[in-house]
Amino acid sequence: MEITLQHPLERYIRSEKMPTTWCPGCGIGTILQSFLKAVDELGLDPKDLVMISGIGCTGRVPHYLRFDGAHVLHGRAIPVALGVKLANPKLKVVVWGGDGDLASIGGNHLIHAARRNADLTVIMVNNFIYGLTGGQVAPTTPKETVTYTSPYNPDSKPFDVVKLVAAAGATYVARWSTAYPVLLKESIKKALNHKGFSFIEVISQCPEIFGRINGFREPYDLYQKIKKIGQIRRGISPFDAKYDWNEEISLGEFVNREEPTYLEQLEEIKKKARGEKA
Amino acid sequence: MSLNQQTQVSTRGKKSFEVLVIKDRCKECSLCIELCPPKILERDSSYNRFGYRPTRVTDNSKCVGCRICEYACPEFAIFVKEVKQ
Amino acid sequence: MEKGKVLYVNGNEAVVEGAIAAGCRFYAGYPITPSSEIAEEMSKRLPAVGGMYVQGEDELASINMIVGASMAGAKAMTATSGPGYSLMQEGLGLAIATETPIVIVDVMRAGPSTGIASKAWQGDIMQARFGSHSDYEIISLYASSVQEAFDLTVEAFNLAETYMTPVIMLSDGVLARMRERLYVRGQNELTIVNRKKPAESPESYMPYKRGEDYIPAIANFGEGYFVLKDSLTHDERGYYYERPDVQAKFVLGITEKIRRNASKIYRWEEAYTDDAEVLFVASGVMGRIASAMVREARAEGKKWGIFRPISIWPFPEDALRRAARNASKVITIEMSVGKLIYPVKWSLRDGQEVSVLPWLSYEPPSPDDLLNLLEVKA
Repeated sequence: MEITLQHPLERYIRSEKMPTTWCPGCGIGTILQSFLKAVDELGLDPKDLVMISGIGCTGRVPHYLRFDGAHVLHGRAIPVALGVKLANPKLKVVVWGGDGDLASIGGNHLIHAARRNADLTVIMVNNFIYGLTGGQVAPTTPKETVTYTSPYNPDSKPFDVVKLVAAAGATYVARWSTAYPVLLKESIKKALNHKGFSFIEVISQCPEIFGRINGFREPYDLYQKIKKIGQIRRGISPFDAKYDWNEEISLGEFVNREEPTYLEQLEEIKKKARGEKA
Repeated sequence: MSLNQQTQVSTRGKKSFEVLVIKDRCKECSLCIELCPPKILERDSSYNRFGYRPTRVTDNSKCVGCRICEYACPEFAIFVKEVKQ
Repeated sequence: MEKGKVLYVNGNEAVVEGAIAAGCRFYAGYPITPSSEIAEEMSKRLPAVGGMYVQGEDELASINMIVGASMAGAKAMTATSGPGYSLMQEGLGLAIATETPIVIVDVMRAGPSTGIASKAWQGDIMQARFGSHSDYEIISLYASSVQEAFDLTVEAFNLAETYMTPVIMLSDGVLARMRERLYVRGQNELTIVNRKKPAESPESYMPYKRGEDYIPAIANFGEGYFVLKDSLTHDERGYYYERPDVQAKFVLGITEKIRRNASKIYRWEEAYTDDAEVLFVASGVMGRIASAMVREARAEGKKWGIFRPISIWPFPEDALRRAARNASKVITIEMSVGKLIYPVKWSLRDGQEVSVLPWLSYEPPSPDDLLNLLEVKA
């Protein structure tokens, strides 16, 4: 085994835990690559970064990154992350979750964090399925596909989480896919520096479970499908974005504006509380 | 593109790259092999520590340094180094 | 503030005073009767002392937020009642598994389910210990006066920081709203404990390595230790590792941490136990009334004694055994069908007859009410 050959980003990786437990061709590692390149190019101090994740394949991200991190409960990464950020505002807190973790069980926390303009960066890896538990239907699963708990196709139409988060008031909303890792990297840089709540959905391939059960034999086959339906749109409203397995899943930056962040609003309250006392 | 502009591009000098593979991290997903534009990656015939046949480079001199393989790899198993002339 | 001051407040307000005195600077909560007043007071008081109040979107957000805040070094608290405490069980497990200090106040009310929101009950005694899944130990304290509510809240934070564990501060709908004189102790009169700091450098640091006292020194986020706190079973490095001995060490570490230090955690109050032939055991609001009842009974010549557990968990088993050594009957007096009776039964093995006197009204009895009932029983 090459102990001397080190990846350029090795210092951000817990090398003793490599290789990852993810399936061959899984998109999560690709997204991590873009993320670490973004962190490296921004020159962020690793001591100030905290990774909080929920349960799922994406939840394993903190295992492999050499930053402070916590792998917490299913759907609860966002409140934990918010607690961390409020207790120590100088930390940069990033939430990692899958589509099930963030949009199903964690949905309530997602919309409230967006509403509060919480000072967090949330990266949602959307592989259309609950991967780690073996392949059950998710609220993002397209009606045209099958999973192990939707053998007759899903019973309901999926969420377009971009619309959900934008409607809840998020101030930075973007969607990319693993087919555009450089654009994803640039978007992550923006999100990390964004004041307030930033949300990036990344369409990602789950080749072993979602891919196989839907007829995509190799990781590259599912990757090609994702590349084909992901259409980059510039300057459109999130409510005009498409989320259609047959036609198009719109990619791009949909929301990018500045508003008072949650921390700023809490500081205002502190001032008021002290002012009243005086 | 005029002949003049074409000449300008080629007089900038050709950079040289080397593709390096951390063999024991590779899981044979083959994304790098499929995505490499000059098609210089293929699967090795020997196995790594975990029973996968990792990616190997056929011809470093044809690498254009696009880093598509590096960006695509989910395992931090392949990266591109610029070789200083 | 350095010097103490005297207030006339209720139990909920006393808890708030205790929390702020102990250094709590983060509160995340959800309104639920009869604890909402704690949230309201915290929302007023915390920002004024530089802390943060967050109204969570639900109890799940609240418990997870305080865990996150504590992971980053803050002293954090939430308050709820039965239904909310039920919702918080998974989050409680997260704090236990990652060994994160937090304080949860459960102001008990009539149940099960929605029950009667504004009325007291004592039905969560066992849930405080066994509400979450799988193996763990917990610390739970139960006050019976406004002053005790203040003091025990400070204790709760100190115990949480000492043992890197959640502490359940029990209260009830009566204590929450009864008004008494409170002496808010000044900072120079209080002992405040803060969590252990890691001794090693980041290179050789193992967050979940236990010392002789079984308590790990877990770094907070942002201190340069790159610490991984995991809800999965983890080894000393904090890494998930699927191996039987790792699971064994994990559950043993969490439980032995409290068990081996239990003697330092037990708190109780007893009276007239040296020659008690009938020993009454009661806590919280019923503990106070039962104590008055025993005093009156003694004045009438009855050889009764009273044992009031203050640390419900770990339950002071040895102290109870000693207090009951001359008793032939041990009776728990509870505002429920009987919960405290379980640890009492577990503790006694000297042949006493153990039973419960359930007071199934949410209107607390007078000492005479109890005496009348017991004419028939004891």
